[in-house]
Amino acid sequence: MNQARVNPVNTALMHGALVLYTLIALFPVFVILINSFKSRKAIFREPLALPDAESFSLIGYQTVFKQGDFLLYVQNSMIVTVASLFFILLFGAMAAFALSEYRFRGNLWMGLYLALGIMIPIRIGTVAILEMMVATGLVNTLWALILVYTAQGLPLAVFILSEFMRQVSDDLKNAARVDGLSEYTIFFRLVLPLVRPAMATVAVFNMIPIWNDLWFPLILAPSEETKTLTLGSQVFIGQFVTDWNAVLSALSMAILPVLILYVIFSRQLIRGITSGAVK
Amino acid sequence: MERPRIRWHILVFLAPAVLVYTAVMIFPLFNTLRLALYSKIDQERVFVGLENFQRLFLDPIWSDQFWNALGNNFWFFVIHMLVQNPIGIALAAILSHPRLRFAALYRSAIFIPTILSFVIVGFAWKLILSPIWGIAPAMLDAVGLKSLYAPWLGREEYALTTLSLVSVWQFVGIPMMLIYAALLSIPDEILEAGEIDGITGMSAFWKIKLPLILPSLGIIASLTFVGNFNAFDLIYAAQGALAGPDFSTDILGTFMYRTFFGFQLQLGDPHMGSAIASAMFAIILIGVCIYLFGIQTRMRRYQL
Repeated sequence: MNQARVNPVNTALMHGALVLYTLIALFPVFVILINSFKSRKAIFREPLALPDAESFSLIGYQTVFKQGDFLLYVQNSMIVTVASLFFILLFGAMAAFALSEYRFRGNLWMGLYLALGIMIPIRIGTVAILEMMVATGLVNTLWALILVYTAQGLPLAVFILSEFMRQVSDDLKNAARVDGLSEYTIFFRLVLPLVRPAMATVAVFNMIPIWNDLWFPLILAPSEETKTLTLGSQVFIGQFVTDWNAVLSALSMAILPVLILYVIFSRQLIRGITSGAVK
Repeated sequence: MERPRIRWHILVFLAPAVLVYTAVMIFPLFNTLRLALYSKIDQERVFVGLENFQRLFLDPIWSDQFWNALGNNFWFFVIHMLVQNPIGIALAAILSHPRLRFAALYRSAIFIPTILSFVIVGFAWKLILSPIWGIAPAMLDAVGLKSLYAPWLGREEYALTTLSLVSVWQFVGIPMMLIYAALLSIPDEILEAGEIDGITGMSAFWKIKLPLILPSLGIIASLTFVGNFNAFDLIYAAQGALAGPDFSTDILGTFMYRTFFGFQLQLGDPHMGSAIASAMFAIILIGVCIYLFGIQTRMRRYQL
């Protein structure tokens, strides 16, 4: 094979470029995290030094816990994200199954109709969404967010899942039909378990944008009880601009949950992007 | 077989998705377009036709802000196309090199900014670039370039470019991943055939790989376009709804937010907000159509 053309200088250059960019990518996160554990003086005197015995301080975190309802915000974000993902996956898989499994009049048009939303951002309709949520009394409830994120996630979910469901063997399904299983049983017992990897991809794709969204929480659910973590940290940081310890700690606490999610799901996410998305 | 009976299960399978999608996405979208044709006069909703658009495009009170936001938005997009996508391609080209060690590690690390929320990214960079904290000037000082430092986010002439670059920093992972995937899908035989003809290294990238990944580049360009023209969060998190200094970082998303939701002393105007949303819709639609009909159909797809 082409073993011969690996040039050590080239390899060093490639690693050099990648290390440089990795540093650029991680530097801000690193600076925020280390400084959140330092006293106010140390933050300004030696911003790039690691916290040591002298400069270590948790004062910022204490302020955050005293002032903000961070645990409530985290809980709200969790509820919204998990519920939206559940509905996206359930409704998306059902619709994908209908589109990929059955021939019926309007199948193609239905597929195209559902695919429209892949390219058109749901934010364009915000004015009318807000009006509708006010009219139905859903404004300032988590349901408003769950509904919006479900609608936003469905188009891509249906698209990806129906691609995968076409690959499920027909013989298997027909065998089940001969055995007298209903279409519902076939879907829930047979097809869903088989497309689990695709479901995971869809879930990971949707999870981070939902968790990080600022626009809809700001507009549809800004009340204290329904603030998500993203909106909560935005408001909190805005109020504490001059308290650097508190701001840095709040930022670190907002980084942490996403970072944990990323560590857990990064393989899933990267596999999803590198396999399914480029079509 | 009794053919013509209604197959209820199809309806049951389709109904939830179609209902939610129609009620929460499609219907509000068209309703917003419709609301743009109305105005509130003496607490009554009155049909005014295209008057809102006339005000938006021509009346100086609105049009100055609108054209400013649109121009800024274009600059925002241009920076992404010129900086984010080339860096993403370059990183992907290096990462896809066979026998590169630690590739997975680099890939995961470089993708981390993409998963952070705009609030974190906006504030983190605001702090780092701030003259009060002094990280940016101290670092420039260390390499002898201190004179280059300016409070970039506070200066009208630099703020938008700085924020665009912050956004580039955040999202470079996406083109990197998509191109990386496209590069991996190029079969080895093609590259080896090129090698026999003496095409290796950089020229293999320009002459063989790049033409093969053009369709992915098209997708990335259109994703960037849609994402940029519907951006809001980063500007809002870093500069607030007023998109300061003096509206120099105002883009369509922040302009629409201010207009329909109101801020400080200005009352919200859902109808003008809808008009701006409709303009954004038209811009995104034009962009997507240029991609679908102008670029994608003309692009040669190579069967791999």
